[in-house]
Amino acid sequence: MKKVLVLGATSAIAQATVRLLAARGASLYLVARHSERLEAVAQDARTRGAARVEAEALDLDDFAQHESLVERATAALGGLDGALLAHGVLGDQERAQRSYGETEKVLRTNFLSAVSLLTPLANRFEAQRAGTLVVISSVAGDRGRQSNYVYGASKGALSVFLQGLRNRLAPAGVAVVTVKPGFVDTPMTAAVKKNALFASPEAVARGILRAVDAGQDEVYLPDFWRPIMFLIRSIPERVFKRLKL
Amino acid sequence: MAMEPKSWGRYPRVSGQKAHPVTWTSEPLPMPPEGGSLLPHGLGRSYGDSCLNEGGSLLTTERLDHFLGFDPATGVLRCESGVTLDGILRLVTNQGWFLPATPGTKFVTVGGAIANDVHGKNHVRVGTFGRHLRRFELVRSDGSRRVCSPEENRDWFEATIGGLGLTGLITWAELQLRRVSNPYMHQETIAFSNLEGFLKLTRESLQDFEYTVAWVDSLARGRHLGRGLFHRANHAPPQFSSRAPSPPRLSGLAVPFDFPGLALNRVSVAAFNALHYRMRNQGLMHYEPYFFPLDSVHHWNRIYGSQGFVQFQCVVPPGDVGVAALKEILDRSAHSGMPSFLTVLKTYGDVPSPGWMSFPKAGYSLALDFANRGERTYQLVDELDRLTREVGGRVYPAKDSRMSPESFAAYFPERERFAQYVDPAFSSSFWRRVRGAG
Repeated sequence: MKKVLVLGATSAIAQATVRLLAARGASLYLVARHSERLEAVAQDARTRGAARVEAEALDLDDFAQHESLVERATAALGGLDGALLAHGVLGDQERAQRSYGETEKVLRTNFLSAVSLLTPLANRFEAQRAGTLVVISSVAGDRGRQSNYVYGASKGALSVFLQGLRNRLAPAGVAVVTVKPGFVDTPMTAAVKKNALFASPEAVARGILRAVDAGQDEVYLPDFWRPIMFLIRSIPERVFKRLKL
Repeated sequence: MAMEPKSWGRYPRVSGQKAHPVTWTSEPLPMPPEGGSLLPHGLGRSYGDSCLNEGGSLLTTERLDHFLGFDPATGVLRCESGVTLDGILRLVTNQGWFLPATPGTKFVTVGGAIANDVHGKNHVRVGTFGRHLRRFELVRSDGSRRVCSPEENRDWFEATIGGLGLTGLITWAELQLRRVSNPYMHQETIAFSNLEGFLKLTRESLQDFEYTVAWVDSLARGRHLGRGLFHRANHAPPQFSSRAPSPPRLSGLAVPFDFPGLALNRVSVAAFNALHYRMRNQGLMHYEPYFFPLDSVHHWNRIYGSQGFVQFQCVVPPGDVGVAALKEILDRSAHSGMPSFLTVLKTYGDVPSPGWMSFPKAGYSLALDFANRGERTYQLVDELDRLTREVGGRVYPAKDSRMSPESFAAYFPERERFAQYVDPAFSSSFWRRVRGAG
């Protein structure tokens, strides 16, 4: 990944990944909502050695902008061979249970906006027969649990969409990397009590680039989540529905 | 968020602190809860209570860690205040630049380095960290933002350097780095048999060596009082760039748990000191083990056990008065039955700091580490504080957990002027302690 579009560039995982890409001398097109925060991330990437950094402040819930955004990024970097989708919201499970509005918001940001962005990106990469799409999903998408099934559903739908996209793009040599982090110590989880399962955004970022370099399709980060999620998926539904998870 | 930040010495322990992570420079400061106060908190490498705020809030700056620009032609670096010295060195050493003043750990933030106006083994030549600051932004609890430099808002600039985080939150800073040819140091280690030997080596070395520091055997008494090893060094010249040693591998060593309370006793310290005293060498080494020998062992503070330790660092005047005071301090600690594990002796020059509350001044600086043995330890340190005050010396707030309000008043003559610049919503356990009732 030498010319990379980063969506949700001010998220903690995206920032940590951007730092590693910058140190490798990549060219970056960074997108996030807050222009001041975005500027800090862009300056940081420039200082750390990125070949070129462009920044565009944009609310990714504005789907109408998505196609032209991909065109702007491609034009600005003189091509595109990678994209990192890292925007998303945790949402409020309790509020979502009370009102569909909150549920729709989570699905819109986490799933539909990703689909809307991946559509032009996939078509472009398929046509140029090269490129890597890296998308942050979540272990929460592997099985619905009462404590956060709305967020989980948005990520589960995303993971399934990515499976199909990978299947479609494989003949064109385009990589689709599904990243499934567990708990990460970021502002998104600031209100959550930390325990030994929490990983740093830096560790997750290193895992993302390792997966990209190794040509992996799907990666759990840290990798101890793979056996944990295997076990959680293996519990029969008649037992699972009684568990407090 | 549940969190109980400690200081590096882990004494005193305080409770009821709430952490507010600051992630972006553009964020407004959170308002302190009723009756509470705010204090910026970086990596908590201050030893005592100057980085603690019992019952109050800590503005943690771990995520305020963006570089905002570096010009490899001029060596001017701009970064947010949570950037660590480690992060800076990793970015700039391969581009031919280095920090002008480097403390004994790289795990401090730029904000912390300013707030404590840290210094290195080259204080005689370059003064403190604050002297190499070009500008910074200070955000106050009233929402005001000031860019401070020797030209603009100079009073705020001078109050904040060495201002212990009390004047507001530093969001970003701009530093002038210094040129180096490569990441290597050329160093020599020479044994000396007493304080006179130290003084002689100091006189011989200051002209030709930028960095000088001595390790002292704290158990040596009588005619050996003050014996130790003298380390002197320079950045390696360009001819060493090609045949220099490879950089060290990360040791990954860590002290995994608190050592039992008795691990550091008179016998083990004596053994360590005797061994260390016989070490001597010279040659080329990477800057990392030279500047930060202890950083390669994570959590080394745990060797002092769960009760933590008390560091005492003072500066005493140059000349006979200071030397007599050093002897007295070393003698008291040697006879206390509570050995100092790591005793470090340095020379400070008269390069002034812009900071009103900056610690270093011309003379000799002695740092002693005492495992916390409760009242006996406190009495000894209180005694050393009194001795320092009597000779017109000064104790380092970043290392302190004991100095009395009377001593603080004697050490920092600018304190009342400084107090006018303290943010009304900011405070620290240290500040409340040394301000006493008044």
